[in-house]
Amino acid sequence: MSRIAGVFAGLKAEGRAALIPFVEAFDPDRATSLTLLKGMAENGADIIEVGMPFTDPMADGPTIQAAGRRGLLAGATLKGTLALVAEFRADNAHTPIVLMGYLNPICSYGVAAFCQDAAKAGVDGLIIVDLPTEEADLVLPDAGKNGLDVIRLIAPTTTDERLPKVLEGSSGFVYYVSITGITGTRTASAEDLARDIPRIRAATTLPIAVGFGVRTPEQAATVAKFADGAIVASALIETLRRENAEAVLRDVKALSAGVKGARAA
Amino acid sequence: MDSVLPNSLRNAPDARGRFGEFGGRYVAETLMPLILELEAAYEAAKADPAFQTELEYYLKHYVGRPSPLWRAERLSKELGGAKIYFKREELNHTGAHKINNCLGQILLAKRMGKTRIIAETGAGQHGVATATVCALFGLPCTIYMGAVDVERQKPNVFRMKLLGAEVVPVSSGSATLKDAMNDALRDWVANVRDTFYIIGTSAGPHPYPAMVRDFQCVIGNEAREQLMEAEGRLPDIAIACVGGGSNAIGLFHPFLDEETVKLIGVEAAGKGLETHEHAASLNKGRPGVLHGNRTYLLQDEDGQIIEAHSISAGLDYPGIGPEHSWLHDIKRVEYVGVTDAEALAAFRLCTRTEGIIPALESSHAIAHVAKIAGHMDKDQIILLNLSGRGDKDIFAVAQHLGVEL
Repeated sequence: MSRIAGVFAGLKAEGRAALIPFVEAFDPDRATSLTLLKGMAENGADIIEVGMPFTDPMADGPTIQAAGRRGLLAGATLKGTLALVAEFRADNAHTPIVLMGYLNPICSYGVAAFCQDAAKAGVDGLIIVDLPTEEADLVLPDAGKNGLDVIRLIAPTTTDERLPKVLEGSSGFVYYVSITGITGTRTASAEDLARDIPRIRAATTLPIAVGFGVRTPEQAATVAKFADGAIVASALIETLRRENAEAVLRDVKALSAGVKGARAA
Repeated sequence: MDSVLPNSLRNAPDARGRFGEFGGRYVAETLMPLILELEAAYEAAKADPAFQTELEYYLKHYVGRPSPLWRAERLSKELGGAKIYFKREELNHTGAHKINNCLGQILLAKRMGKTRIIAETGAGQHGVATATVCALFGLPCTIYMGAVDVERQKPNVFRMKLLGAEVVPVSSGSATLKDAMNDALRDWVANVRDTFYIIGTSAGPHPYPAMVRDFQCVIGNEAREQLMEAEGRLPDIAIACVGGGSNAIGLFHPFLDEETVKLIGVEAAGKGLETHEHAASLNKGRPGVLHGNRTYLLQDEDGQIIEAHSISAGLDYPGIGPEHSWLHDIKRVEYVGVTDAEALAAFRLCTRTEGIIPALESSHAIAHVAKIAGHMDKDQIILLNLSGRGDKDIFAVAQHLGVEL
């Protein structure tokens, strides 16, 4: 069983959803990212999503874009991001790391070499935003060979007819982009989720995590009622920008409590 | 005349939207269903004679097509070699080839029941053309433009606003064309249901590169017919500037299967191909994925996109349409570079000898003609796409010449 599958199996037994916070690599520097990775794992993160900075992140909102730019200014490269994960992994064998980013840096690195090096660094899954199912054969074979889960995005625009095709070859969990829009903007309501999640559930046995627009412990709790995981990104980046890493860990702790309390309430 | 052979170079792209290894559909899942819907709608429109008739009506009566084919005698004489013909796209309504594509796409948008139009623009030419067709059809229109470009292209910003468009300055990233395209894509992701995105060049996810090319092929089809009438034969060379590459592919495509016609695309070499300040993705870039398609890109070792540079804002883009990448790899088209300085000299040469002020973009193609025409025989023919007029550029040119307006 992959590390990601193991986490979801454990949470299912506990009867709760996963909290999946996000760290943009090297925002604003490498040391802060490492502090956040370690601290998040200690403060209730069940899985951590790590952003790989790219100059042209076309599906991300202004917050993640700016974080990526700061990361690049601080010298982030794919190699550097993998080394960051490897350093985290040296002390933590249980928290899955999922890399999120865009295709071009991966192509530039070489897909085969990247999948190999990512697995070696202790990465568990990949979310490649601009790699739809129609183009996924570019990455699936190498990801599979190296035991990396390829996590697929599902959007409100994904039709029922299209769902099986999109889910083909995906593993780990399904990432439901709960709004039509960019990261960090609108928030899906409980009604939206009550309508959308069962639709996806009918098409897959994989756990479903919800992202885009999840900001507060209350929203995370709402998501946790319907889905198997809540992904929080922009809100944490803003906290980091406004305050510091300690404040981000405080927020992660509160979000974790929100997720844990969701089904008990 | 337009029949396409099974082994023709005109059959691309394939079902996955690929020209060889280039093109494709590298977009987020949110957009994917929309791209597929667009592809189906475009295929249906293409096969519908009523759609073609409607497009032809607007091209004739609104744009003023066919655009003339002009024998540039004084320029030919001055260069002392081949006979040079200009395909005069600069005489189109709004002053460039861009309107051909905008009309095609807005008719398709109407057909699909879309009620809002968005577009990206660099120099503002595509933005003005889009705002124009939106005014014509009474559709609300939002144009994304890099904040840097908004500052250096004020007349076009004002034109777009007069035409009723909302111009959104984009300050993310490097605040130029590629960032405007990122933000237009973000808008589309957020407003997928009612919005149609009119992409201005033959790039982006499938079906855009093929669709934009098809709408621009009117250039090459007309030029071919006009040249046959004037000279009774095909040109020896057809030449055009390439940024994203829509005017070039529109000129080249009808000649792709004609082995005797040499095709030349002219990239912006900016301050020189040996410097880092140019926009020559084919000559100096390598394949990668940006804005929905696999193509040659200016990028660093880590796959981060590098800012392009050209005196001409219309060529100032770090990528290029995927069909050009393919035509480059199979060596059907030769892609060369022309510097800012060479383009400026050609701008003056054309203005002085022909009484035509060319766009700085088109001046790149003229500059290469100036390099080769003298080495050709007098009965050889060069067909050059004069893709746009240079009125928009007089401020930039004056600045480079040290003249205060």
